[in-house]
Order: sequence, then structure tokens, then C-alpha cells
Amino acid sequence: MNVNQHTPMASPYGQPQPGYSQPGYAPLDGGYPAPYAPYNGPASAYQPGAPPQGYSPFTSFPSKAVTANPVSDLSSPLDLGPARGPPASGPPPVSAPQPYNQYSHSQGDMQNGPPTMTQAPPRPAASQPYNPGAMNLSGPHPSYPQHYGPPSTIQQVTNQMTGMQIASGPPTPAGPGYAPPHSSQPPVSTAYSAAPPPSYTQAIPPVSSAPTQPPPPSGPATSQQYYGGPPPSSQQPFNSSLPPTSQQQFTSSAPPPPSSQQTFPPTSYSGPVPPPSQAPAPPVSQSQQSFPPTQPPFSSAPPPVSQPAFLSGPPPPVQGSFPPRAPPPSSQPGSFPPPGPPPTSTSSQYPGPMPPQQQPPLSQPSPYHSGPPPPRAQMPPTSMPQSNHLPPGPQGPPGPPGPLQQPPPQPGMQGGYPPQQNGAFGQVRGPQPGYAGPYPGQPNYGAPAPAPAPAPPAQKRLDPDAIPSPIQVIEDDKAKSTEPFTTGVRGQAPPLVTTNFQVKDQGNASPRFIRCTAYNMPCTADMAKQSQVPLAAVIKPLATLPPDETPPYVVDHGEGGPIRCNRCKAYMCPYMQFIEGGRRFQCGFCSCVTEVPPHYFQHLDHTGKRVDCYDRPELSLGSYEFLATVDYCKNNKLPQPPAFVFLIDVSYNAVKSGMVSIVCQELKTLLDYLPRENPEMDSVVRVGFVTYNKVLHFYNVKSSLAQPQMLVVSDVSDMFVPLLDGFLVNVNESRLVIESLLDQIPEMFADTRETETVFGPVIQAGLEALKAADCAGKLFVFHTSLPIAEAPGKLKNREDKKLIGTDKEKSLFQPQVGFYNNLAKECVAQGCCVDLFLFPNQYVDVATLGVVPVSTGGSVYKYTYFQAQSDQERFLNDLRRDIQKPVGFDAVMRVRTSTGIRATDFYGSFFMSNTTDVELAGLDCDKAITVEFKHDDKLSEETGALMQCAMLYTSCSGQRRLRIHNMAVNCCSQLADLYRNCETDTIINFFSKYAFRGILNNPTKAVRDTLVNQCAQILACYRKNCASPSSAGQLILPECMKLLPVYLNCVLKSDVLLPGADVSLDDRAYLRQLISCMDVAETHVFFYPRLLPLMKLESGSLPVAVRDSEERLSKGGVYLLETGLHLFLWVGASAQQELLLNIFGTQSFSQIDPSMTSLPVLDNPFSQRLREIIDSFRAQRSRYMKLMVVKQEDRAELIFRHFLVEDKSASGGASYVDFLCHMHKEIRQLLS
Amino acid sequence: MATYQEFIQQNEDRDGVRFSWNLWPSSRLEATRLVAPVSCLFTPLKERPDLPPVQYEPVLCSRANCKAVLNPLCQVDFRAKIWACNFCFQRNPFPPSYAGISEVNQPAELMPQFSTIEYIVQRGPPTPLIFLYVVDTCLEEEDLQALKESLQMSLSLLPPNALVGLITFGRMVQVHELSCEGIAKSYVFRGTKDLSSKQIQEMLGLTKPAAPGQQGRPVAPQDAAASCRFLQPVHRVDMNLTDLLGELQRDPWPVPQGKRPLRSTGVALSVAVGLLEGTFPNTGARVMLFIGGPPTQGPGMVVGDELKTPIRSWHDIQKDNARHLKKATKYYEALANRSAVNGHSIDIYACALDQTGLLEMKCLSNLTGGHIVMGDSFNTSLFKQTFQRVFSKDYNGDFRMAFGGVLEVKTSRELKVCGAIGPCVSLHSKGSSVSENEMGIGGTSQWKVCSLNPSTTLGIYFEVVNQHNAPVPQGGRGAIQFVTQYQHSNTQRRIRVTTIARNWADAQSQIQHIESSFDQEAAAVLMARLGVFRAESEEGPDVLRWLDRQLIRLFMFHLRRSPFLQVFNNSPDESSYYRHHFVRQDLTQSLIMIQPILYSYSFYGPPEPVLLDSSSILPDRILLMDTFFQLVIYHGETIAQWRKAGYQEMAEYENFKQLLQAPLDDAQEILQTRFPMPRYIDTEHGGSQARFLLSKVNPSQTHNNLYAWGQETGAPILTDDVSLQVFMDHLKKLAVSSSA
Repeated sequence: MNVNQHTPMASPYGQPQPGYSQPGYAPLDGGYPAPYAPYNGPASAYQPGAPPQGYSPFTSFPSKAVTANPVSDLSSPLDLGPARGPPASGPPPVSAPQPYNQYSHSQGDMQNGPPTMTQAPPRPAASQPYNPGAMNLSGPHPSYPQHYGPPSTIQQVTNQMTGMQIASGPPTPAGPGYAPPHSSQPPVSTAYSAAPPPSYTQAIPPVSSAPTQPPPPSGPATSQQYYGGPPPSSQQPFNSSLPPTSQQQFTSSAPPPPSSQQTFPPTSYSGPVPPPSQAPAPPVSQSQQSFPPTQPPFSSAPPPVSQPAFLSGPPPPVQGSFPPRAPPPSSQPGSFPPPGPPPTSTSSQYPGPMPPQQQPPLSQPSPYHSGPPPPRAQMPPTSMPQSNHLPPGPQGPPGPPGPLQQPPPQPGMQGGYPPQQNGAFGQVRGPQPGYAGPYPGQPNYGAPAPAPAPAPPAQKRLDPDAIPSPIQVIEDDKAKSTEPFTTGVRGQAPPLVTTNFQVKDQGNASPRFIRCTAYNMPCTADMAKQSQVPLAAVIKPLATLPPDETPPYVVDHGEGGPIRCNRCKAYMCPYMQFIEGGRRFQCGFCSCVTEVPPHYFQHLDHTGKRVDCYDRPELSLGSYEFLATVDYCKNNKLPQPPAFVFLIDVSYNAVKSGMVSIVCQELKTLLDYLPRENPEMDSVVRVGFVTYNKVLHFYNVKSSLAQPQMLVVSDVSDMFVPLLDGFLVNVNESRLVIESLLDQIPEMFADTRETETVFGPVIQAGLEALKAADCAGKLFVFHTSLPIAEAPGKLKNREDKKLIGTDKEKSLFQPQVGFYNNLAKECVAQGCCVDLFLFPNQYVDVATLGVVPVSTGGSVYKYTYFQAQSDQERFLNDLRRDIQKPVGFDAVMRVRTSTGIRATDFYGSFFMSNTTDVELAGLDCDKAITVEFKHDDKLSEETGALMQCAMLYTSCSGQRRLRIHNMAVNCCSQLADLYRNCETDTIINFFSKYAFRGILNNPTKAVRDTLVNQCAQILACYRKNCASPSSAGQLILPECMKLLPVYLNCVLKSDVLLPGADVSLDDRAYLRQLISCMDVAETHVFFYPRLLPLMKLESGSLPVAVRDSEERLSKGGVYLLETGLHLFLWVGASAQQELLLNIFGTQSFSQIDPSMTSLPVLDNPFSQRLREIIDSFRAQRSRYMKLMVVKQEDRAELIFRHFLVEDKSASGGASYVDFLCHMHKEIRQLLS
Repeated sequence: MATYQEFIQQNEDRDGVRFSWNLWPSSRLEATRLVAPVSCLFTPLKERPDLPPVQYEPVLCSRANCKAVLNPLCQVDFRAKIWACNFCFQRNPFPPSYAGISEVNQPAELMPQFSTIEYIVQRGPPTPLIFLYVVDTCLEEEDLQALKESLQMSLSLLPPNALVGLITFGRMVQVHELSCEGIAKSYVFRGTKDLSSKQIQEMLGLTKPAAPGQQGRPVAPQDAAASCRFLQPVHRVDMNLTDLLGELQRDPWPVPQGKRPLRSTGVALSVAVGLLEGTFPNTGARVMLFIGGPPTQGPGMVVGDELKTPIRSWHDIQKDNARHLKKATKYYEALANRSAVNGHSIDIYACALDQTGLLEMKCLSNLTGGHIVMGDSFNTSLFKQTFQRVFSKDYNGDFRMAFGGVLEVKTSRELKVCGAIGPCVSLHSKGSSVSENEMGIGGTSQWKVCSLNPSTTLGIYFEVVNQHNAPVPQGGRGAIQFVTQYQHSNTQRRIRVTTIARNWADAQSQIQHIESSFDQEAAAVLMARLGVFRAESEEGPDVLRWLDRQLIRLFMFHLRRSPFLQVFNNSPDESSYYRHHFVRQDLTQSLIMIQPILYSYSFYGPPEPVLLDSSSILPDRILLMDTFFQLVIYHGETIAQWRKAGYQEMAEYENFKQLLQAPLDDAQEILQTRFPMPRYIDTEHGGSQARFLLSKVNPSQTHNNLYAWGQETGAPILTDDVSLQVFMDHLKKLAVSSSA
């Protein structure tokens, strides 16, 4: 499958894409706002879906077609399986009821007999899918051509032309394209007119198609010619069936079969289906020729259908159909989106997207119940916009069938057939018009589409453009968030993490510090349980703020220490209510009344506020710091300044890879950038050095020495620190000695032959050093290999791929030995944070080695197969950042909440010795802690829910402080409020951490199922309690959670939960640990990478991202993909020379060196801007992203594809569309 | 015929041997009745400037369990080229190289004047001497500085090809790598952990791929050089090591109030022993331990680090209240034995005002032939001079030290060897000449003496096994052969052979002869050694009682009062120190130890020895007392007053100046030859240091003899101890009573 897909994909893309991408994208770029709006409206997405398919098919089709098949296979087992099963069975029925047959055929094709058909079509689809898509369109057209030869041809030509033009002169054409669309609609209409004919012609086209496939050369020839102009060979295949199917699928297929077939079928069907549809058509004319057996039935069925549809459809249907989808006339635009911009449009329009999913079902029904659809279609549109349920609208009608998808289809088929046609047509036309407008070609397609429409319905395919688009959501949010976000309003969800916004602290912590899954907490535990929405907050206590926001003020309450509530010990904050003229205050958390100490007394004004309220950060702000007194210090002693200890592996591998010399070289300069609070002052952080292989070498770098002294400790079984004075030194005082040391280390070990290393004793050594110096600090361990030398914490290689997928898999994520857990405990007690830099050439057991870093608030960095030349930059940037970043030590964090809820669980890099205190040996500005809350009582809507996160820590200057973050959220008694004010990104952050911890103790599959179930319950609960009544078959998603399925799918198919064959255990463990301390922004981009088209760059703004799917990539384009860990520059095989010249300085695709890690510095605005963008991306992330240049069809593309998360993944992860269908099924099961 | 006195002196000069009896009672019974056993003091490496070593291998008796060396006492048949072993009577042919032998052409070993002869033999490659400094860094800054200087100075005294190593310790133990350029490297061991030799070698990275199994053979030099970065030739690392020593810092770990510094002496020694064991087994090596206080942590700990718990005293030991004593002693004994097996000796240089744990550690030196030097501070001439004297050279410019000695004693049939007392360990060589009756270190005819110097003297005890009913024929002679193999300080292997013979005498008929052959001095020292040996292993009072039952002579009185048997007024460390030296010094020195020498200087005549009696303490005398460990110059009351008045500065009292100067010059002479350098005390009547003198003299006048009061006959000693007079009276009584 893959192979087919890939190869075909590539070729097909080429041509179609340019056109598509440009038209589609162009609009996006230029006309975003405008087009979108329209799009959105157009919930019509439905139609769009169809039409878009027509277009998109080109781009998307192939993929879909391809994927579709595979998906279908996969999906079938998953979701569709059952649903389809029947459909499969359908085939038989096909024979009986022709109309059904079609549908069934579609299904049948997919699964059963159709194989031949499916295969044939799919392949073409695959190989030439797009073309085919185009062709398909044309295919039908061809039929037209025959009949309407001229028009169709013209249209096609125009399409192609536009495409071409667009390609060449992107923007303008696109712009025009769009604009035209509307205006061009007329053409659409023509298209329609044409379409009808097609339908008629369909019979004929089939002929052509038939010929294309096997015998009918002549027929095909003609068709080909028409299409041939553009994509000859490829077209043919398309002609046969694919194109139509694709189109149909989108439009009609989605609706009709969708329900039953869900996503999978649709896509998959689309491939096969089309044939059937065509088949049917052909059957009429040439049924005998190509597909005698199958076609006949099809032909019989479809033709009739189509005709009827036409009949009904043409005249009224068109409009009617439009209305339904059009009703959201706005939808028309929507329709647009589907075709080219679909993605965006869909995303933007919930409805749009929703519909696709839902629509499919809905649409299906609609098509089926052509009659109903229109009306319902209208309904839905409205509803959709409202609820985001596009589908509902369409489905609404189909709804009934929807739920039972399969059954419905059939019934729908029968009854609906005609309707469908109508509806479909109508829709098809509707959208087409819209599309037509935008894309000259579309009309044509549209025309064809309509024709295929009938068939499509049967196919039930989801239009990817019609399902919720992350990009659209992100862009909408950006557009919405123009004002600074003020935190004063309780229960207000902040802008998304992808949006740039300014925060004004007015009493609640900035979302940069705290983000919640829900800003309206359910009042009762029952509600919470019912909704299943996790109540959690992601807290990043030391987050760095942008320069235009003030860092937390430091408040000094004097010798008595911070003012606190007597009972719950909450710190003074804006939620404290002063009473009795200011002599006492009542705690907002526990309601206890506490005396105000005399030195803190202040009068109240007439509103009951303290007069000095705005002079005191702790009374007016959400985030601030207290100076801690000696009572808050370990052993009641003010802390010593912290120390950094560098522990460098000098075994053979470490030396050979160049790591040792790089580290030493870098440290020489880096030591001047140790963290400090006042940039004017020297850092007070002391440093120490240790090298090791299977023994440890400590260095005395006392300033009075002429040369450093090395102290070897071989007694690794009982580690100790051999020296006290001279180990931890002030950099400035010992600079000469340190430099001498760093110069000599690489030389000293240049000839080492020692390959064995220890690890446990290394950390012990650092720990002991800090203990001896009686300070907190951080260890930087640079390590290469599995520690097999005889020593505590010795490990053995236990990587066993056979365990993957079994119940024992979880053990692979657990530490191999208990030693490191105990060690971690000791480290935490001392405030010893460990950062681990790994340079493995083979299995190193990250799961075990990472225990200490993860438990001490440290980080693990991993550079597999480290090579100085290519990885140096990434490593050094990580190191620089890691050393320089603000960090707190020896921290204890406690989250206090108002009565009624309680922090019950914590996720992140830390250690807990009891249930309430999060102990962090170290905490840097990039680490986040996810806290889960549970009810233990009722909450009140009036007071809301309060939480106060207090973190006691030692600053890098050795000052003991308390950082306080306060957060108040609303409480709601209506579920709808809950769903209206939650944040999917944060929920995903929680889910991922929850799941990644879950795999420690549960089989991976169980964890995945749990996630899916909970997600389904959340959505089902919404559907049941908050959505307007609609058919059960509708997929209705809450506005705030419409991306939940796509994101959740990304989590599910992440390497951790669903590893591909080439993902090592170490990688999984590494990611697992890494994610556990990520904040929301990081998890967001990690799970849904940012993919930017680079065809056109403007200074000042980034190009609008595109969705993470292969079909969004234009062969002629260059794209930048960023995950927070990786950065890819994908270069299409036929990228424009000018583009290449601007970026790489070469015009030749083949001359691009895929091994380059940075772009050449070229003196042109494009190159400059691109490098700026890359730099800015890197600056945003806590880890440096190495740039990988991926050339299309290069081997490295496999890696790149892994991050196209909306597609099926090589490891078996479902595509977005498939997953959405699956989710829909789950929801429906829950509802029923 | 010369007198016995001359005979004895001659024998001592030639062979380094002094026998308690120079005629041997011919039967076991008679020998037993003589009380003082047939025994001798033997100085294996007695300096013999007149004895040129011969450059060939000794000729051995071919009998496997004899292997006696051809000597002047052998019967030789020059015609048949055969010689008869005088121990086993085996007839041996001469080796081919002796083909030219004849009555007029005799090899040296057959000439009577060569009863002691030294052979230079070629056995394997020469191995350099090894000096491993083990230095305590828990010292006062001043002490450490002085010690560093001494050590740096010593580098220049070492033979250039000698290997040196440096281990420093405090709370941790650091083994310094000397071969490296740039960064100074050292391996660090925790001071609290007992490590096996193997672990130590592994941790030092010394594990050899496949050690050539031969025990007793040093590792090939190149191998050693490669494998041991810690022991390097002096000439190569001279500068490095000087710098390294210069940079030595006091142990940096903070010592809280009320605590002793943590001193890991036990582990440091263990590492030193392990290091040498792994790299240079059976090679001459000296571990030189410099300590400034007791071990306070880890194995071998002598006292805890709490200052409020004082270090054990004799009182504690008697009350069984010294908690670390047994454990520590056991630990150091184990180390000493390991070290002895490998032929490495351990010196202890302990300089502190308080005890340093010598009691527990003494075995280190006692068993391995190392030195013990005890002083108050490293910054004293006592230490500095003594340490310098360790490296003194003989007339040939060779160091007065030898290594890896193996002493074998062969006896003729009528005698068996009971044991030896001295700085040696048993090699457990059980032969026909080994008696079952052990005296000292017995049960063997071979002893290992890891380190020797020309004055090292062993007491060797024999037993006459001849039965009374089978008397030795008249004129029969018994023979004893001492074979000492050792490594000369110039790295040559040498064998020194001493063969002596004495006549047998029938105690019944020739009792007068036997009596006259008694060597009182030798017997006293030998008995004293036995006493000390017992004192080391038994309870003090018992030993005294035993001694009292044995033959008692004049200086037995002093012996009873000596620090070797009396622990009163001495710390356990001091006792150990004194005993250590007593069992290794030659006869003369030993006698001084037992009965200090007292010289008197006055205007009334030339300096003269006077009785060690309180009556000798007169106001117009200057006394010079030499106790071996102390050298006391005591100015009588009048002399002291004169001196204070400054008469010696006046030209007209030149003679007084000379009088003052005379004892100083004599003392200087002693100081320059004595090892270890004695504590030099210049005091006067009434001075606090005068106690050293007062405690030694016979308390003939005490506060109890009233008649002495107020007379100008000496200084009364305030003691309850019996005076010699009382002792003698008592002795006389006992001697005539039959119940004795």
C-alpha cells in the first residue's frame, strides 16, 4: 500500500499540486480573512467538501485515495469494519437494489468484489490520483467532453491554465481565482449545467472510463485527450473511477456512506467507489466493456440515480442544495475552502470541518435523502455554525441513517437516492459554483462532481477540508486576540498558546504561568464526572516573560516573613478579604480569619479594599514573590549560593565522537554566562569539574594552584568526594586554572581505550560534592554509554523489541534497578538537580538513566549517534541555553485551593515524598507541572474556585524566595459553560502526561483505549447535554474542543504510544520523560507540528501554516516544519528554481545537499527572511532544533512524513479523518 | 691464649656474634641447669671494612635438607677434591671451578680468617630500591612545612635510580601519580574503607593482564615502569616531586571544635602495602610513614575523633577499656605480615606531643625491620637529623641499609635452634635443626628480615639436645652457620655466611671452664630480650616475676626499672618505642639502654664514669647521662650558678668554659652516631628536665633514708622504689636460702 501510495503520490502531486496549492493556498495567504469568513459561513463545507475534493482531490485525493484504501483496511477493522461490514455485505445488495448497489458498491468495492475495480482505480488514483482527480473530474468531464466536449474541455483547460498560472504567478491568479469563484459561480452554474450532462454523460463517461482502464481506448483516448492535455496517462486511471469517486466522496460520499463508512470508507471508498459510480455510469453505456459484472449493477443503479438526481438536482437541487449547504451561503465560501482552502475553511468553520465528519454521515443521509438533505442541510448549516456541527445539519436528516450509518445508507439510498442526487447535485453544484468561482477548474470538476456525487454519497468519504482544522482555529484565535489579555476577569480563557498576545496581570496569574483545562469548573463532582473533562492546570512557575511584561515583583514582609492565613497557610493574595476595618483578613481559601500584624495594617476604603491595595503586589497581582526568612530555609540556615558541577564522560566513545573537546572548549566561554539575577554582577554560582569513565576524576582548580590537580576516585562502589577546598570555585578567581584544565582534559584522554563507564557513582559524586559544600546546585552530566562497569547502578542491555505490544512492555519504561530512585531521593533532599546530556551510539536505557534527572527537575538531552560536525551546533545551543537559563533550586511547590477542590495529582519532573508537596531539586524556566484537581465538595458559582501555587526556592543568587501564582476560575452548574470555557491544548497536555505516565503501569494499548474512551465520553457528554437536538448520527463537537480528536489522535500515534518499527526504546523513554515536563505550547507544537509554506515570505508576518498532511504539500513548494524538537525544510521535487536559488543558492533540485544543517547565508530578502524565521522558531523553543533539509522523494522524507500527523502513520496510526470517524462511532455508541 | 674477654671481643669484631656461653654444656640436662640458655646475639651485617666480598656463588652441601655452605671448618680432601660437610658429614665433591684447589691454593671460604665471608651472586635483574613516602597531612602548618622540607631534602639523598612514590593522607588517602606532565594526578581512597589488595590494585589500574606467576621474582622493570605510574625513578621525577611536595596542603577538611582531625592512617598503609604488593613483590622497598597523630578513622583506628575521649593509656589497657586496641593491632599485624612476606619494610616516623598509636602500629616496623622514630614535632632536629641519618652511607658510599634479608641458621647435631628475637618474621622453614621448644620467634630455621642495617642484631636461642648418657667426645666442637641472603643497597644480591664453632664441655667436670666462658653482658641482653619479648605478649608483672626467678645480676636491677619492662610513667607508645629499639640494637647499645651510662665532669680530674646512683649527683659536677634515647647534660647546683653568673665568658675562667664545653663535645659525638638520634637535654640542678636523670639513678638516697638528709653526698630521690642496696640485700638472702 505504502509503496503504491508513495510513488503515485509523488507524481500526481506534482502537477495538480501546484495548481492546487496555489489556488488554494494563495487564497489562504492573501485572502485569508475574507475567504475564510465566507468559508466558514459556507458550512457548505459539505458541498465544498465535494467540490473541494474535486480540486483537493488532486492534491488530497491521491493521498486519500491511497490512504483511503489502506485506511479502509485499517479503519474497517477499527471503526468502519463493522459499519462497513454491512456495507460490504452491501455489495450483494448492490446487485439487488441498484441504487443501493452503488452505495454498496462503493463499499463493496472497497472491501469485496470491487477489488479489481478498487485496485484499478486506486492505483490510478495513487499514481495519478490527482491528475486522476483532475481527471476524474475531467473523467466525468470526458464524458462531458464527449457530450459537451467543448465546455468541459474548456473548463479543464481553464482549470489547468489557472493552475498553471497560479503556479507561475501564484498570488494573482489565486486572488483572481478566488474572486472569480464567486463571480465565476456563473461558470459554476455552467459547470452545473455541464454537470448534469455529465451525469447523463456519466453513462458515457463511464464508457470513457471503462475504455481508459481496459479496452475502450478510443473512449479513453478522447477523454484522455481532454484531460490528457494536462495529465494524460494519469488522468486515465482517474477517469476510470477515482476522480469521480474522489469528488463524489467529498461531496456526496462523505454524507451518505460516511455515516456508515465513516472516514475510512469514504476515503477508501472514494477510490473504489468512484469506480463504481463511474462504473454505474459506464455500465450504462459501456458497462459491458470495462466492468461488465460490477458495472452493470452500478451502471444500472448509478445512472438512474444520477439521472434522477440530475433531473431533480439540476434545476432546483442546485439551488436547493446550495441552500442547504449554501444556506450557510456563507457556506459557499465554505465550499471554497473545501476545494482549495478547504483546510483552512474547515478549520475556521467548525461547521465546515464538523460537517465533513459529521457531514459525511449527514451528507450521506442528505444525499440519500436528497429531499431531506436540503432542508436539513439548511438546518445543519445553521446548527453547524452554532454548534460547529456541520454534519448535524446535513446529517440531521441523514441522522437517522447516520447513526446506523450502514443501514441508513441503504435505506437512504433507496429513498434518498433521488434525494441524494438532488441534494448531492444541489450541493455539488452549490459548492461548485462557489468553487468554480475560485477555481476555474472547479466548475468543471464541480460538474463532474455532481455527476459523481451520486456515487460519492455511496462512498461516504470525509472531506479532510471539512473537518475541523487546527490551522483555522489557530488563525481565528490570532485574529481575535488583538487586545492585551487582562487576567482580572475570572473564568476567562486566555488566547491560545499559538497566539502572540500581551498579558496584563490584574489579579490572576498570567497564562504564561498557569493554564487551565477548564476556566469554568463544574460545581459538583457529579458534573465533573459526567463530563469527564479533566480539571487540571499546567503551571510553569518560573516561566520567562516577554520583555514587555514585568517580571513578578519581590515583596518583603520583613522579619516575620510573608503574611499567611493561620489555618491553611495560604499566602497573602488578592483573594484575602480584609474585614473589621482592616484589622483582620478572611482567607479566600479556607475562610479562616486571621489578625493582620500591626506592621501590615492599613485602612480600608469605602469599598472594603485596603487603601494601599494597588501599592502592594500581593494585593493586586496574580503573580509575585516574597522574600523568605530563615524559617523557610533548610536547617534554618540561609542558603549558600548554588553550584554547578560538570561531569564529563571521557571514555573512548566520548572522546572519539568529539564530545569531550567540544564541551571543554565551550565551557571556557560559557562559564561567563552562568545564571545571575543582576546582569551587572558576576554570578555567584560556583563551578566544579569531574571527568569519568569507569573511575572518576575530580579536579582541584583552586585559584592558588599553578596547575589543576586531578584526583582519581576508583572506589566507585562507595562514592565520596575526595576534596573540598578547590573543587567548587568561583569562575573569575580560578579562571586561569580552569582554562588550563579545560585545555588539558581532551589531551589527557585523547588516547584512552577505556570503553566502560559508570553512571550511578557519577551522580553520587556530584551529590556528595554539593553535600560537602552544603549548597544546592545542578549537575551537568555528559554521558555516552550504558553503564556496564561494576558499580552501583550498573545496568544491562534489556532492549527487547519482542516485548513491545505485550503486557510486559511497561517494564521497559520502568527503571531497571531501584538504585536510581533512591539516589534521586537523596538528590532532591540536597537540592541537587541533574541535567543529563546523552550521546549514545546504542541502547543506553534512557528509562533508567533518566530517573534522576526527571525526579530532580532536570532535563535529559539526547544526541543519538552524535557527530561533532553535524550535531555540534544543536548540542552547544542546548548546552548554552541550559546553563544560562534562569533556574531555582531546592524548591518546594504547594498548590492550595479553595474549599471544594483539591490538587490530587501532579505530573512533571519532580519528586514527591508526600501527597501535597512537590519537591524540586531544581526548576528552570522551561519546566511545567501539570496539576490535576478533584472535587471533594461542592463549589459555589459566586466564589468560584481559587488556587494558589506557592513555590519556595533558592534563586540562582542564593536568595530564598517564595513565588506565588494565584488563579481564580469560575464555577458553573451548567455543563455548557464548562464546554464553552475550556482549552483543548491544555487538555491535550494533561492527557499526554496522563497517558505517558500510564504506560509505566499499564499496557500501552489499554492506555490508548482509556484516552479514546475518555475523549469519547467528553464529547458524548457534550453531545447529549449541550448540543441542540439533532440526529444521533451527527458528530457535534464543542467549539472549544473541536480539535480534541485531531490532537488526541496525535497523542495516540506518538512514538511513545504507538511506536514504529524504527523507534528505539530509548527514544520512547526519552520522549516520555521529555513530555512530562512540557508546557502547553510545547506539547501543542510537539503533537501538532507547525508546517509553514515558504513560497512567499513577508517580513513582519509568518505565512499561514498549513495542515500536517501530505496532501497539503505542493510539489512545487518548500515548507518548513517545526515540532519543538525537529525542524525540517521540505523541498518539493519541482520547486521553482527561483525559490531554490533564493534559499540554497542553486537552481537545481538535485544539487541541494540534504546533509546541510544550516541554510547558506545569501544576500536576498527571501533567504534573510527565511533564516530569520528559522532563528525565531529556535528562539521560541527550549531546545535547539537542528535543521534537516528533506528533499521530496528522498529517503529522509520518511522521517519527515512521520510528522505529517493528519495522515496515516507508518506505525499504523490512524489518519485524522479515520480517527474522527472512529471517534464518532465511539460517541454514538456511548449515546446509544 | 687470650682471655675470654679478648676472645669474645675478637669474635664479635669478626663475626658479629656474642654467645652467652662460649663453652657449651654437652648435655641437655646440664644446659638446662645453667638457666641462661645457650644463645647469641648475631649482627648479620656487621660492618667489615676489611672483608671484601667474593664474586662467586657459595658452594653448598649437596644434601637436600642441609645445603650448608662450604666453610673453614670443613674437612677437605684436596687430592680427591672432596669436602665433608661439618653439619651433616656429607662428602661433597668440589664443583668444576674448584679444580685448581690445593692446600696452598685455597679459596677464601676455606681460610680460617674468613669464618665470615660475603658472596655477590647474580640472581635475576637488579631491582632498584623503592622508597614510598606515606605522609600525614593533618599536621600543623609549621610541622607540615618542616616535614615537606625534610622530604624534599631526602630526594637528594636517594640513589638516582631508586623508585619513589608518594601517598598523602588525611581524611582521604591520595596516591600521587608521578609520571604525568601538566595536571598533577592522584588516586583518592576513602579513609574509612578497608580494601583488599586486589581492590586497591584494580582501583589504581594496576591489574596486570597475566602476572608471571613466579613468586619471589620482581616484575620485569619495563613492565613495572609501565604498570606503575606511582613509583618512578628519582632522577626522572625529581623536579615534579619536589613541586608536588611543595604544593602539599594541610588536609582541607574542616575539623570542628572538639574533634581530632580525621586521619586515615590505616587505609593509607593498606594502600601503600597493596600498591607495592601488586607492583614490586619481593623487592627491597621502604614504606616511610610520617604521622602527626593517631589514626582516627577507618580500619586501624586507634582513637575516635572526639577530643573528649583521650587516647588509651596503660590504665585503660589493663582495665580492658581500650576499645580499638585489639582491632587496630590485628589490622596492623595483618598488614605487617603481608608486607613482610613481600620483603617490604615499614618505617614509622611519629612526631606528636601526644601518642600516635605506636602501640598498635609497632608491629609494622617490628615485623618488617623498619625504623620507628618518635619525636615531638617534625620541626625538631631530632626528627630532621634522624631522618637524614636513615640515608647515611658507609665507607663505600653505600647506604647503610639492606633489604629482603633471609637469615638461615644451621646447627650441628647436638644443637637445635629455638627461635630468634629481633626485627624479623618466621619463614616457617621446619628442618632437622629446629627445636620444638620455642623461644622468641621459633619453629623455624629461617627468618625474614625485610630491612637490615649494620647494627641490626638478632638474639638467637639454642637448645642443647645431646642426651646426658651420650656425651660428646672430649674436644668435640659444635658448629653453627648463619647464612644471610639480602639485597645490598647497591641492588646486588649478596649472601653472607658466618660459621662459628665452640667447644663442648662437660658441665660436671668442667664447670669452672664453663663459668669462665660466661659472657655476662651478652647473657644480660639476651635475657632482657626474652623478657621484653614476653612483656610484649604477656602481662607485665608476670614477666617481672619470671625475670626475677631467672638469673639475676647487677644490671638486672636496672632492667627491672627500665622502660622495657616497666610501663609506669611511660605511655603505651613510649613503651613500644623503647622495646622496638631494644630488640634490634647491638650489644653495646643494648647495654646502654639497660644501664644508662653516667659520666662526671669536674675540676678534680678527667671525665670519669660514675655510678648511676643518686650519690653521684653533686653540685660541683657536670653529669652526662646517656640512656640511648636521651642524652642529658646535668649541671650541678654550683656549676649552674657559675654558669648563670657568666664566668665562662671571662677570660680568666677559660678553664670553666672548657669544663662546660667538654660534655657538650662528648654529647655531640654520641649524637652524630646514634640512630635514632637521642633526645638531647641540657639541664641543671632543679631544672624541670632534670627528672630524666633523677628517674634513672639508683635511689640510694631518698626521703626515707634520713641519714642522707642534709648531707652533701648527693641528691635525694623522691621515690618509693627500692634502691640497689635493698635489692642486693634481698638478693643475697634469696641466694643462700635453699627454697629459691
